[in-house]
Amino acid sequence: MVPVVQMKGIVKEFPGVRANDHVDLEVMPGEIHALLGENGAGKSTLMNILYGLYQPDAGQIFVKGEEVKMTDPNVAINKGIGMVHQHFMLIPPFTVAENIVLGTEPRKGLFLDMNQAIKQVEEISERYGLKIDPHAKVEDISVGMQQRVEIIKALFRGADILILDEPTAVLTPHEIEELEKIIRSLVQEGKSVILITHKLKEVMSMSDRVTVIRRGKVVANLETRETSEEELARTMVGRPVLLEVAKKEQEPGEVVLEIKDLHAKDARGLPALKGINLEVRSGEILGLAGVDGNGQTELIETLTGLRQPTQGTILLKGQDITKLSPRKKSLAGIGHIPEDRQKRGLILDFSIAENLVLQSYFRKPFASGVRLKWKEIQAYADRLIQEFDIRTPSQEVLAGHLSGGNQQKVIVAREIDRDPELLIAAQPTRGLDVGAIEFVHNKLVEERDNGKAVLLISLELDEILSLSDRIAVIYEGKIVAVLDAKEATEEKLGLLMSGAAAGEEVEADYA
Amino acid sequence: MRKSWKQLDRLGVALASIVLGLVVGIIFILVAGKSPILGYHALWNASFGSLRGFTELLINTTPLIFTGLSVAFAFRTGLFNIGAEGQYIVGQLGAAWAGYFFTGLPMIIHVPLALGFGILAGALWGALPGYLKAKAGAHEVINTIMMNHIALYATHYLVNGPLKGHAFLPVTKEILDSAKLFRFIPGTRANIGIFIALAAAVFVYWFLWKTTKGYELRAVGFNPLAAEYGGVNVSRNIVYSMMIAGALAGLGGAVQVLSIQYKFYDVTAFIGYGFDGIAVALIGNNHPLGVVLGAFLFGFLARGAMPMQSIAQIPKEVISIVSASIIIFISAEALVRRVIPRFSKKGGVKDANL
Repeated sequence: MVPVVQMKGIVKEFPGVRANDHVDLEVMPGEIHALLGENGAGKSTLMNILYGLYQPDAGQIFVKGEEVKMTDPNVAINKGIGMVHQHFMLIPPFTVAENIVLGTEPRKGLFLDMNQAIKQVEEISERYGLKIDPHAKVEDISVGMQQRVEIIKALFRGADILILDEPTAVLTPHEIEELEKIIRSLVQEGKSVILITHKLKEVMSMSDRVTVIRRGKVVANLETRETSEEELARTMVGRPVLLEVAKKEQEPGEVVLEIKDLHAKDARGLPALKGINLEVRSGEILGLAGVDGNGQTELIETLTGLRQPTQGTILLKGQDITKLSPRKKSLAGIGHIPEDRQKRGLILDFSIAENLVLQSYFRKPFASGVRLKWKEIQAYADRLIQEFDIRTPSQEVLAGHLSGGNQQKVIVAREIDRDPELLIAAQPTRGLDVGAIEFVHNKLVEERDNGKAVLLISLELDEILSLSDRIAVIYEGKIVAVLDAKEATEEKLGLLMSGAAAGEEVEADYA
Repeated sequence: MRKSWKQLDRLGVALASIVLGLVVGIIFILVAGKSPILGYHALWNASFGSLRGFTELLINTTPLIFTGLSVAFAFRTGLFNIGAEGQYIVGQLGAAWAGYFFTGLPMIIHVPLALGFGILAGALWGALPGYLKAKAGAHEVINTIMMNHIALYATHYLVNGPLKGHAFLPVTKEILDSAKLFRFIPGTRANIGIFIALAAAVFVYWFLWKTTKGYELRAVGFNPLAAEYGGVNVSRNIVYSMMIAGALAGLGGAVQVLSIQYKFYDVTAFIGYGFDGIAVALIGNNHPLGVVLGAFLFGFLARGAMPMQSIAQIPKEVISIVSASIIIFISAEALVRRVIPRFSKKGGVKDANL
């Protein structure tokens, strides 16, 4: 059989970095081919070359056996290659159909034939089970749906080979399941799919074959059913990786955070927290599980002072901190790893050093009076870069120029080094690769072992299950259950997260 | 901080843009059938041909440094101050009034007092749109433009009414000698205003990059959500920032009155220092040092327009074309980089996705 895509000896250099070093890749027709590697390994570069966005310095590309010079994306599209980028390229106020036909609009004379467009979109949607409404505006539909729009867009342009760049990074667990079904129906119809990812689970569950890239080189080419998560992790990172977190038994201490009957409204003014009661003790990690949008964001913001509660109290070591400002809460001993590191956690146009003092720039030794003491700040930054293994040429590099994993390390370093009594970690490993996840997890466990209280909020059940000592489930602004982590299973949590009534025994546990 | 070579790179773009702007000027002069050599010679001589010319260049440059700093400061904190013009006007009136109203003061007190009134007037004029932005989310571009018009007509009323200091002219009384800025070269109008302007530039640099408040303001400018997360009071800082921007422009107006005009003249139409300040800030990449250089460039061009017309018979509008072209070239940075291959090479390096 002739491979649909064959890349041979691809080399691409950026100043100071060889992003692709003689990379070979072969994708067979009807195959789901995973491209696995850590952030910055060169996966996206390779795919951008295939899609004509970058020109390789050396190497050849064959599509269905025929050599092609991918000078720009139009060549790729003509050859039947479609790409769905991680960040969608859609126009929010346009409808689904308008977005899909943009650039290749069916016409009737001088006019746009919208009915024809809608019909074609409906056809594709039905054929692959995409269940999408062509009349809906993109800004009104969920992220998962927007991704389907991108997929249809590529199919509409006649793609046979679909590149999906980190497609699950923005999806909820349920949406990931749906995506998997869609990908399966695509290959059943004879399409081929290249899946760029750094998530081992997805490789195992979705792909037929996997090519592993490390530092620009192909290090393995495996049949998925003949490999394992452990083997993939080891090949990808280049050393054995502990997928399970090592955690010693520990009796939790005194109550650090006590939340009583907390109410708050969301950005639209609707009630989001409807009487939260929760305790986090020193020396424990309390995992908060829940489907996205059940009040997690509002809870984090209320705890950290970014949102005012409408009712209830928050006690930190017995002290009422309910109404304090973010600054005072941070000084009272709350550390916060925000769920959106680029929006909240970092100032991308600030240097690493400037970001590392975001919570403490006004205090000794970083300031004296009104003056910033740059020497101290830089020395501090150098120390944290060393201690937290932030990969950067210097502390002067802008945070925006770091990879996601290193950005997260900057935040983790800043929050942990302030030695807070309570660490709120929201989605601390979102979008990170295996190595960085291991690092962050170890740091959280270290905090717990040092007798700090850790409140972990995550949409990833795996993460909750492997790190937590106790697990609370949030549903529609209420804590519906608190379980001992040893008794929790994915099924049990899944049930509780979906709002199924909590069983008696679980209730009893809570008291 | 120290991204010095990047700043240098920007300086290269600015210089290239100036050269390109002058080339455009040459084309227009040739089209008009005149001599570019004669014209540019007149332009150069206007500022550098004589001592008096040079001192007048300093005088032309001074207000532009202040308004340029005002715009640049606001920009560094994420705000667009289109109101430097109005802040400059009220600064003028504030200083003029304090200059003649307080009597019997020694110079060492009167001058700072009059400057202080200019600063205060400008600061208020800036703070109001800042407050509206912080409390009501009203966009500062609209409101600073509106404040310009209020400044124009409010001072128009005052100087034709309660503050009229002359039998038939719409001007205030002349300020007292004790409020006048020291002129250090006899026979010229050269005065310490230029040093006040340079000191203001140093202050802006120190404030933005060396103080905790400056750190806060820049943080709010780049990412208000992250600043809030870091415990910074975002709305209060928006007000501070606009207040300081207004104070800088107001100080500019005050210096102009205390050093050159000695009284407030009714401004029947906008003088343009505030608007030129936007261009100066743009040319200077919103950096205090760049603003000083940009102000000198604009002062130099404005200074030469009349001599070009009288000596080389070149319409003075050509100078407006030159300065407008320079602004366009600087805005179209990518274009300039392509024209000058040396820069385009450097530009490519930074984009590497490491």
